[in-house]
Amino acid sequence: MKPFSWIVTALALAVSVGAPAQQKSAADGIAEYRRMLEDGNPAELFEAKGEDLWKTARGPKKATLQRCDLGLGPGVVKGAWVQMPRWFADTQRVQDLESRLLTCMETLQGFDAAEIAKTGFDKGEQATLAALAAWISAESRGQKLALPQAHAEEKRFFELGKRAFFFRGGPMDFSCASCHGEAGKRIRLQDLPDLTKNPGDGIGFAAWPAYRVSSGEMWSMQRRLNDCYRQQRFPYPGFASDVTIALGVYMGVNAQGAKSIAPALKR
Amino acid sequence: MADPMRIRAQVAGDKATVRVLMSHEMETGLRKDAAGKAIPAWYIQEVSAKLNGKSVLTAEWGASVSKNPFLQFSVRGAKLGDKVAVTWKDNKGDTRTDEATVS
Amino acid sequence: MLNRRKMLSHSAQVATLLAGVGLLPRGAQAAYNAPAFEIKTMAELAKSLGGGTPTESKDVALTGPDIAENGAVVPIGVSTTLPGVKKLLLLVEKNPSVLSAMFDVTDAVDANFSTRVKMGQSSNVYAVALMADGKVLFAQKEVKVTLGGCGG
Repeated sequence: MKPFSWIVTALALAVSVGAPAQQKSAADGIAEYRRMLEDGNPAELFEAKGEDLWKTARGPKKATLQRCDLGLGPGVVKGAWVQMPRWFADTQRVQDLESRLLTCMETLQGFDAAEIAKTGFDKGEQATLAALAAWISAESRGQKLALPQAHAEEKRFFELGKRAFFFRGGPMDFSCASCHGEAGKRIRLQDLPDLTKNPGDGIGFAAWPAYRVSSGEMWSMQRRLNDCYRQQRFPYPGFASDVTIALGVYMGVNAQGAKSIAPALKR
Repeated sequence: MADPMRIRAQVAGDKATVRVLMSHEMETGLRKDAAGKAIPAWYIQEVSAKLNGKSVLTAEWGASVSKNPFLQFSVRGAKLGDKVAVTWKDNKGDTRTDEATVS
Repeated sequence: MLNRRKMLSHSAQVATLLAGVGLLPRGAQAAYNAPAFEIKTMAELAKSLGGGTPTESKDVALTGPDIAENGAVVPIGVSTTLPGVKKLLLLVEKNPSVLSAMFDVTDAVDANFSTRVKMGQSSNVYAVALMADGKVLFAQKEVKVTLGGCGG
């Protein structure tokens, strides 16, 4: 679509609505569109799949994930999502959900975590991860983000995430901050949340994982970050790498107190 | 075997509002893959529903219905505890039936 | 609000679309009507009128957004409160295949269906009610699409 034809469209919309209806801006129109889709989020299909995968014996060890510790104890899923990423004693690492699931899938079920990390999104066990992320985040729906920052490593990862967030590079000299470093920015019709602070309930970090209607795919935060890097024309740091986990810590801690609406519905 | 549907059937007076999410690619056959080859059409063609075993809905769809289709309809004469079964059949002949209880 | 000229133009367009898909009232219900869903261009659809003249009707309702953030998923509802409806159709004028969905209306369900369709571009969307007495009634709405939903 041509660069500013949407402006014309928006203006046309604004002036073409007749009396006695109120003038509807493009933003109002989009808000109405999103409201119409709220009931019946296809993410529910992935939630059902994720729950099933959690409870099914799989992998070389033919075990379920029901002993997986997401930070609140083995098998405790409710409330775990809003406290991730966090530090884990058994791996001596700060891990986000995807990283932690790789740990569990390897230790409990015998999968090869490195192989899964190299697998394309939506293929093979990556599809498993997307479904698990949908269900696990659903089990914290409505809860407030409360990432722990007590451990020294958690604090270090926050600082690492901040540096990564503002690091400019790639052929376009973009950083995360280029799009998400201040309030009031927009790409086409999508508002870009300011991720250096709490952008509000259900926005930014609190809105992922999400079902993306444009591709009909379930996107975890790792996938969202992968696409951000692609849009920046910057090499992707790698699935569940420290940098991506650190970015999660930075965004999540900044959004402390925001209500999670995951799994959400996105363009 | 295709993934299960999500069916919610809520009583509303003497009717039940049925909302269904189906898991299906709904490929139009018009898209091309990275190599330039057309991705074969694969989409739900027929949808039907039954209330306690009796047919209440039949519909025909084309490939332009969205991926992971959503359907909402209202069944008359439904009560709490009634069973609503939804079936889809696609152009490859695959089919799936799932059931929900009116609550 | 609509002047007579616009209404006639709309009626003609719907008649053309319906004639093209061979859907103006006909005999017994066949198996999946594949040809109807394969018609690709408006030009192919421009066939002679058959059956009743489609008339725009306030008794047929089409719900949908004014603007869709993404054409891949556009929520549309088609309904009518009139008795004697045989089928409710959903048409997207500028799609490669104009017919999106066709619902049989029986006494067991309300003539009220919602689904989501892919729209390749901004287009008129039609809800068409085929009545038992041969009448064809429709409602239409323009839905603007900011990003086409067919290209992936």
